[in-house]
Amino acid sequence: MAIKMIREAILETIDAEMARDESVIMLGEDIVGGNGAPGGPEAIGGIWSTSTGLWAKYGPDRVIDTPISESAIIGAASGAALTGKRAIAEIMFADFIGVCMDQIWNQVAKFRYMFGGKSTCPIVIRMVYGAGFNAAAQHSQSIHAMVTAMPGLKVVMPSTPADAKGLLTQAIRDDDPVIFLEHKALYAVKGDVPDGEYLIPFGHARHVTQGDDITLLATGMMVGFAEKAAKQLAEDGIGCDIIDLRTTSPLDEEAILDSVERTGRLLIVDESPPRCSLATDLSAIVANKAFASLRAPIEMVTAPHTPVPFARELESAYLPSPDKIVTAATRLMSYKRG
Amino acid sequence: MQLSRDALLKAYRQMKTIRAFENRLHDEIALGEIAGFTHLYAGQEACAVGVCEHLGPKDYIISTHRGHGHCIAKGCDVVDMMKELYGSREGLCKGRGGSMHIADVNVGMLGANGIVGAGAPIAVGAGISAKATGHVSIAFSGDGACNQGTTFEAMNMAVVLKVPVIFVYENNHYSEHTGVDYAVGADSILDRAGAFGMKTFRADGTDFFAVYETMREVIEYCRTTKLPAAVELDTERYFGHFEGDPQRYRGPGELDRIREERDCLKTFREKVTEAKLLDGADIDAVDAEVEALIDRAVAEAKAAEKPKPEHVLEDVYISY
Ligand SMILES: Cc1ncc(C[n+]2csc(CCOP(=O)(O)OP(=O)(O)O)c2C)c(N)n1
Ligand SMILES: [Mg+2]
Repeated sequence: MAIKMIREAILETIDAEMARDESVIMLGEDIVGGNGAPGGPEAIGGIWSTSTGLWAKYGPDRVIDTPISESAIIGAASGAALTGKRAIAEIMFADFIGVCMDQIWNQVAKFRYMFGGKSTCPIVIRMVYGAGFNAAAQHSQSIHAMVTAMPGLKVVMPSTPADAKGLLTQAIRDDDPVIFLEHKALYAVKGDVPDGEYLIPFGHARHVTQGDDITLLATGMMVGFAEKAAKQLAEDGIGCDIIDLRTTSPLDEEAILDSVERTGRLLIVDESPPRCSLATDLSAIVANKAFASLRAPIEMVTAPHTPVPFARELESAYLPSPDKIVTAATRLMSYKRG
Repeated sequence: MQLSRDALLKAYRQMKTIRAFENRLHDEIALGEIAGFTHLYAGQEACAVGVCEHLGPKDYIISTHRGHGHCIAKGCDVVDMMKELYGSREGLCKGRGGSMHIADVNVGMLGANGIVGAGAPIAVGAGISAKATGHVSIAFSGDGACNQGTTFEAMNMAVVLKVPVIFVYENNHYSEHTGVDYAVGADSILDRAGAFGMKTFRADGTDFFAVYETMREVIEYCRTTKLPAAVELDTERYFGHFEGDPQRYRGPGELDRIREERDCLKTFREKVTEAKLLDGADIDAVDAEVEALIDRAVAEAKAAEKPKPEHVLEDVYISY
């Protein structure tokens, strides 16, 4: 075990997988940083510091700096993956999925199905998502709902350094296309990371805290918010069962249903807007499969049905927060059947 | 054609306003006053002003993530811009857009843009509108944006539809940290633009007069033929790609050199004073006036009303 930041865990995992398997390549914009500039390659080493040093180690054939061309990045990565490589594509901000949507949605996600199960496309699309930096409407979005809705993609949302390592190792070795979502506000979060080979299979949620009163479902940055809220709620004697989904596709339904059957109350925290969202999806599953266990209507703390605003006050109003979670939890606990 | 004294003073004032605005933002950002991701335009002023001095309110421009200069040049209110960057409710976009989405459609400025390459296709549509009224539409793009498929599609469509769109490529030699020679495969951006079937032009983007005279020709051509054209302006960016960029990709002494030898404000002053079109005192007076304006903008922005939580819900729709 060693204490590491999420960004370090990600860099080291990519490094380890590239060392282990020659077929692993990586593509993205400015992931080398300095190509064609006086300072030379690696002058910067990736704006998120998740690719620093890889070019020097693995060379330009495996660590590929691209022009600003998201469609061609995903296309090239998937084409390489269809023909024998394991490709890691970096989309600097998840919002840019808008530019390469066809390649992801109509191509990558569907190859295997359309081709009669004869192809494999081991591609990991790493995307940096989330609000918290006042980066406004086109650099702050959470896009997990739309990719979770796409059959053929697996969707991963780590919230700790250990999970980042275990899930990214799994993602790179997985033979299916994986969307790997890295929250920009979590990169500097520190935690214990297991040494050596460490894989976390997809579809296994992480039980963050145990409690008997409320099941709290969260992903990414929302997990930490849920933990903060749970501490406050514990002071009032309310116990939260926090489940970090880790992967939204596949989804660990069993962990969710087991917990709700025990607590009888569900609160979902979701960073994206509420319509056709992860929150509504989870609540539909629970309403359908654990209806008899529910002692109160399902509560959801989400962003509003708006784009992400710029100003500090507006972004705070937009984002879920520990306080908003506490308020919803209190409402949930005080619910009485009329 | 010789510019009038007033026109010269106005052009200089616009460039100086952009420079002072950006220099001041650089300081305010370092103090933690301003949130978000900010890309400063200092160094490239002659491009925005050399283009926009030919435009009226019914001509359209669309900008990039580095949009403050284009805004000012097209006539956006400087105080309201500053208020926007300070996240005020009184800001140009009510504090919802910030630097990357700063816009004022009422003056024909269709927005900065957070998505590299998103502007050019929109400019084609604005060009369809502009064509009907004898105006033009300008798509400002960087040397990095020109590699985006959207930009290629827009150029081809403008040629096919015969729309008066001018694709202005501000080549500051870098897209983020990557050099233009790495990312643009062709010998030049204009080779590609030309291959789409449009006329191409080139000018020194650190010399107002070079840009202005070239753009006179380009705009006249586009207004009369109602066809698209492309312009490459060779220019320099003085600050980092974004505020906080360590700029290690630059060569030794590069920043000093471009600030010394490729400063559009210095070049302007030298040219107009040598030709005795303006004297040093005229320019100093503009400098003082502009510094006062920026001081006032910052003071007003700091005092301006902040948005309230409920304002997050406004303007998603017109009716819903
Ligand atoms: C679709 C998309 N891809 C990537 C980015 C990240 N990004 C922002 S600016 C930039 C470089 C743009 O370079 P250039 O077009 O030359 O403009 P400059 O920054 O030099 O003004 C990149 C890669 C983005 N904002 N949008
Ligand atoms: Mg550039």
